[in-house]
Amino acid sequence: MNQTANPEVMLFASTTQSFLEKEASLSRVRELHEAGTSFEHDWWRRAAELGWTSLLVPEELGGGSVSGDGVSDLALVAELAGKVVAPGPLHPVSTVLAGLVEAPEGQRDTIEAVIVGETVASWAVYEPGRPWAPLQPKVTAVPTGSGFRIDGVKDRVEAGADAGLLLVTARCDGAVRQFLVPTDAPGVTVERQSSIDLVKSYARVRFDGVELDAGAVVGSAEQTPAIIARQSQIAAILQCAEIVGILNTVLDFTIQWGFDRYSFGRPIGSYQALKHKYADLKIWLEACRATTKAAVGAVASRSDKADLLVSVAKSYVGEYAPGVVQSCIQLHGGIGVTWEHDLHLYLRRTTLYRSLFGTPEEHQLRVYALDKELNRSLEHAS
Amino acid sequence: MTETASAPVHNTTESVEEFAARAKAWLAENMPRIDPDNPPDTDRGAEEPWRRARELQRRLWDGGFAGICFPREYGGLGLPYEYQKAFNEVSRGYELPMILNTPTFTICAATILDTASEEQKRKHIPAALRGDEVLVQLLSEPSGGSDLAGVITRADRRGDKWVINGAKTWSTSAFAADYGLMLARTNWDVPKHEGLTMFLVPLNSPGITMRRIKQVNGSVEFCEEFFDNLELGDDAVVGEVDKGWEVASRQLYHERRAVGGGSEYASGIGAEGKTDRPIDYVALLEKTGQADNPWAQQLAGRALAHRMVREQLIDHVYHGVLDGSLHPASGSIIRIAHAETHQLEFDTALAITGASGVVDGDDDLIRHGERYLSRQTASLGGGTTEIARNVISERILGFPREHAADKGIPFKDVKRGRS
Repeated sequence: MNQTANPEVMLFASTTQSFLEKEASLSRVRELHEAGTSFEHDWWRRAAELGWTSLLVPEELGGGSVSGDGVSDLALVAELAGKVVAPGPLHPVSTVLAGLVEAPEGQRDTIEAVIVGETVASWAVYEPGRPWAPLQPKVTAVPTGSGFRIDGVKDRVEAGADAGLLLVTARCDGAVRQFLVPTDAPGVTVERQSSIDLVKSYARVRFDGVELDAGAVVGSAEQTPAIIARQSQIAAILQCAEIVGILNTVLDFTIQWGFDRYSFGRPIGSYQALKHKYADLKIWLEACRATTKAAVGAVASRSDKADLLVSVAKSYVGEYAPGVVQSCIQLHGGIGVTWEHDLHLYLRRTTLYRSLFGTPEEHQLRVYALDKELNRSLEHAS
Repeated sequence: MTETASAPVHNTTESVEEFAARAKAWLAENMPRIDPDNPPDTDRGAEEPWRRARELQRRLWDGGFAGICFPREYGGLGLPYEYQKAFNEVSRGYELPMILNTPTFTICAATILDTASEEQKRKHIPAALRGDEVLVQLLSEPSGGSDLAGVITRADRRGDKWVINGAKTWSTSAFAADYGLMLARTNWDVPKHEGLTMFLVPLNSPGITMRRIKQVNGSVEFCEEFFDNLELGDDAVVGEVDKGWEVASRQLYHERRAVGGGSEYASGIGAEGKTDRPIDYVALLEKTGQADNPWAQQLAGRALAHRMVREQLIDHVYHGVLDGSLHPASGSIIRIAHAETHQLEFDTALAITGASGVVDGDDDLIRHGERYLSRQTASLGGGTTEIARNVISERILGFPREHAADKGIPFKDVKRGRS
């Protein structure tokens, strides 16, 4: 995410930033919320034209990145989106594309439609009442003569009510598989779920005997766990990167507030009790940035440690980020808890991400298990 | 021993990978491997580890791997940090003179490099790199630690000599050292920062009485020194007379980076000895019968995540300061992260061991309870975390400085106690 040296990346970043500031400002987010809209499809098509959707896709499939490292470029987009808590399906679309490019056979047209922003796709992985367990779906896929039949319920599908296509995890012949399901297919019912975010909406999706042809399956049974792992990594680093953008912005204007706001005849930033709080916030921001950068790098290079470093970042950022924003609210005083102030927009998004795709506690358990595994294999190797 | 000023010749165009490969081969031939089940117990408070460290340092020197980031004219290899990091990676599992890293190399030699005379640099840096000189800091005093510029050890001019009287404390391993960087007051008629001078003191000089300080955990590595008419020449002055604060500031800068673990002058990574080894949580959970307890696994996972984030933060801050995206004072960020991570790890071990950590069940788990008792040392040593938070908020974020009642006042008129 610190690719400021590359002029093409700088240009991409500044184009993305001015688009976000103009077309996805905080006041725009408030307007969308008032109107009960999550995002506008036309806006998303223009975002796609800027290249956001092509970053994870290799050139031979119609994609391409600015720096040659699409994962890092995408993390940069997420970080910039965090600065304005932008609306839009960047996360679900990217997560689905991350999966499709691992097994693109027969999906070229779909990938193309998603890249140009014509089709909004989302990952249907959560199931009602169940925690984050992407490899243990209860939704079933039964082979039929000509394809598969899907039954079951998914929920917390991001932008599900605005999506045309879902990538659905399901159990099939004892293995986990993923299927592309159009939301207008017979037997699919989509019900909007609101979230604590102002514009990010989710959906509960029922599959009642949905018939798919054989081309709907993505990847082989052997490939699928690794593809799901990759999608999970992309989902998590996008959250972390967006949160880094949020924390950076919130801390910047909260520091400014420390200079501008006076009480007892002096700026509140001159009181040691608050100065030390500010120092902690700065440390946590840099720590979140450092661990996110490490996770993004590991995912970009497909390191053996990618799963571990993603869980380290996701657990750390999830543990600290909401508290950092809450402290910024505290530093603002009463204005911080008003609807009028923008702080709650940032707190909403941060809290949402804290808890989706694995809570800090769930990722701490993963860190323990992965570290144990890694040390065992190291011992074995030596 | 030969007194050559430069290390054996090496190839300047060698890539990091080639360097690492050569170091790997050399280490295998020349350095002792650590037995993971029985690592050397490097107690900084004992004499033997220091003799051993000097011997190992000499081996590194003879092999051409001492002072990787120190300039060539002072006996180092003059290579970028990447080479040191590569060496650190390949040297894992070997016995290295880790206790010489801090303060000798990372703080004292680094400060000498920045501020001392050409003659002092040529004398002391190669000597340290050969393992002939151990260097320490003589900064804190019994009357105060955080307010370093308020030192009251005095250096008075008598003829062509400086005569030192006063006391220093919390000097790490001074009993095993050859020289100490000592801050003393040479002018009492000017405000506190303006009347200080740094001296490089031979510790075997007459006029120095040394005493060990015993800590809560029984360690006796820290010392207290009393100076009674210690005489020094002008050649002992580091930097300029009355400009000692500039030298001390460089020391503090290097200290914050070193304490956080972000100095390119440190060679080798890993534990100094048994008590410094990172907690093996998998083993701890097994030993306490909680291998399958999700609560204990989660606590351990959290501590491991924090440990890794600390490493990532060190890297991030190092490169951020280098490329200008972070303020030069950001070493204080890793200084605090170091303390907080230690605290979390000690707290986690105490939680996981429970009753076994406080009553000796002949299973060696009580050491986690013992370790907890010394938890705050990581937040105190090397400058308190309170001072580090002042540094971050004032220098990095730009908030107003704390009110100082001694500002602009001749030091002799500054109140130093209630009376």
